[in-house]
Amino acid sequence: MVRLTETKIDIDVVRAAVSRDEAGAVLVFEGVTRNHHDGRTVVRLEYEAYAGMAEAQMSAICTDVMERWPGARIAMIHRIGVVAVGEASVVIAVSAPHRDEAYAASRWAIDTLKAAVPIWKKEVYADGSVWKANAEFSDEAPSR
Amino acid sequence: MHVHVRYFAVLRERKGCTEEAVTLTEPTTVAALYSALFPPTDSGALPVMYAVNEAYVSSDHVLASGDEVAFIPPLGGG
Repeated sequence: MVRLTETKIDIDVVRAAVSRDEAGAVLVFEGVTRNHHDGRTVVRLEYEAYAGMAEAQMSAICTDVMERWPGARIAMIHRIGVVAVGEASVVIAVSAPHRDEAYAASRWAIDTLKAAVPIWKKEVYADGSVWKANAEFSDEAPSR
Repeated sequence: MHVHVRYFAVLRERKGCTEEAVTLTEPTTVAALYSALFPPTDSGALPVMYAVNEAYVSSDHVLASGDEVAFIPPLGGG
């Protein structure tokens, strides 16, 4: 399951999408909006997506995960629009036969999402705003 | 020929619009179109990735009539 949503993410829905009897490990990662950056107080976050391409890239990440870690299942939901401080902007659930694969796949999925999925974040402060760039970004095109 | 250009995030704010049709009179690479639409300033050009029809392409990708082009500024998802 891959989705963009303008409403609060229901973690149980993401977890349920990967739960199954064969899985010995279910790992749910939440990316949560921080309340500060470089000493400035963040009032809110605004996420914007190139929706069709973002969902295609998220689907490609899920396909890659299932190829790299056979037996793993993955689901991911990303917020767009205004996200309040302390809420999840992204939730990724992975299930796998064993925990090693679940941890590895989850880590790879969020790292790849930050480098390749066309979503942008504006941090809004009391006295201004900034488009934040992920450290994972490079201007080399991903290979898919 | 025409291509359809989409603008996002900081580039959307610079252009003041989300999309527009652009007429090309000769074969044009996606990187050349970016330089034409966003001329580099003294501090250089904002680094971007390029997408055509919702897939990443390299900077030397030559555009075709009817393509949807997007310049992908530094990402902030996650």
